[in-house]
Amino acid sequence: MRARVLIRPKAGILDPQGQTVERALPALGFTGVSRVHVGRLVELDIEDPGRLPEMCEQLLSNPLIEDYEIVGGPEGAGPDDSRG
Amino acid sequence: MRFGVVTFPGSCDDADARAACSLVGDAVALWHGDRDLQGVDAVVIPGGFSYGDHLRVGAIARFSPVMAEIETFAHRGGPVLGICNGFQVLCEAGLLPGALLPNTSLRFAMRQTVIEVQNTLSHWTRACAGGDLLSIPAKHTTGRYYASQPVLDVMEERGQVALRYVSDPIPNGSLAGIAGVSNEAGNVLGLMPHPEHAVDALTGSADGLRLFESVAHVLAAAA
Repeated sequence: MRARVLIRPKAGILDPQGQTVERALPALGFTGVSRVHVGRLVELDIEDPGRLPEMCEQLLSNPLIEDYEIVGGPEGAGPDDSRG
Repeated sequence: MRFGVVTFPGSCDDADARAACSLVGDAVALWHGDRDLQGVDAVVIPGGFSYGDHLRVGAIARFSPVMAEIETFAHRGGPVLGICNGFQVLCEAGLLPGALLPNTSLRFAMRQTVIEVQNTLSHWTRACAGGDLLSIPAKHTTGRYYASQPVLDVMEERGQVALRYVSDPIPNGSLAGIAGVSNEAGNVLGLMPHPEHAVDALTGSADGLRLFESVAHVLAAAA
């Protein structure tokens, strides 16, 4: 199955990328935006999605500084999922 | 004594690290694919961009064959020094607590820093005295040291915060001005500034040599 892993800075850890984006948006007229955080997206095909959590904890994320969220199955499948 | 200096694909300070080590002892090059540390007495993991910094700094280097040997060596009490990217690798490998995050400025910081030796519990600060100031250059984008508050409290209590920036402003936004930390046993030390670039007054400072001399003292005393 196709799965996506969203990785984001842990709550409470300073996220200067998020802050920079948040400061830049009003300059383009996008007001009313707050709590911006910038993370990473890992997309993969996997035969045994049951192994995703340990994969996330051992390599895809660093649990000391990042949280991960696994998005998979029909609800996680986006329009791009037909890509190779 | 013999130092082993690791070269990963993307290491760039390995030659300077070998040159620094050779001022104190012999320096041997260790390749990332090696499964043998060639009987060295101490290991230095140098700076650079191992495996292109892909995914996260230090994340891929951690799985190289030589790192498995270094983990065993460290767990037996062998002295290991991680400089800059080497510090990041040691944190990813779990040989040191915490992690390194992007500098608060999101910029590459390159400047001479003054770091204060907090204590001599680490093998790599043994030839210093607590309160000694070392002038050592730093050059990195991902040097903001982070550990959760409970972990940091324990580290402070045990004296694992070995080095702190005293020059202002600090280059990266590290918690509590932390420049370098050791493991509980003191044999593993990681720091962001580059002692291997500060081993000759010709380039501004020879203070970095003190770290390499420290481990030689420890090994001589144990012999």
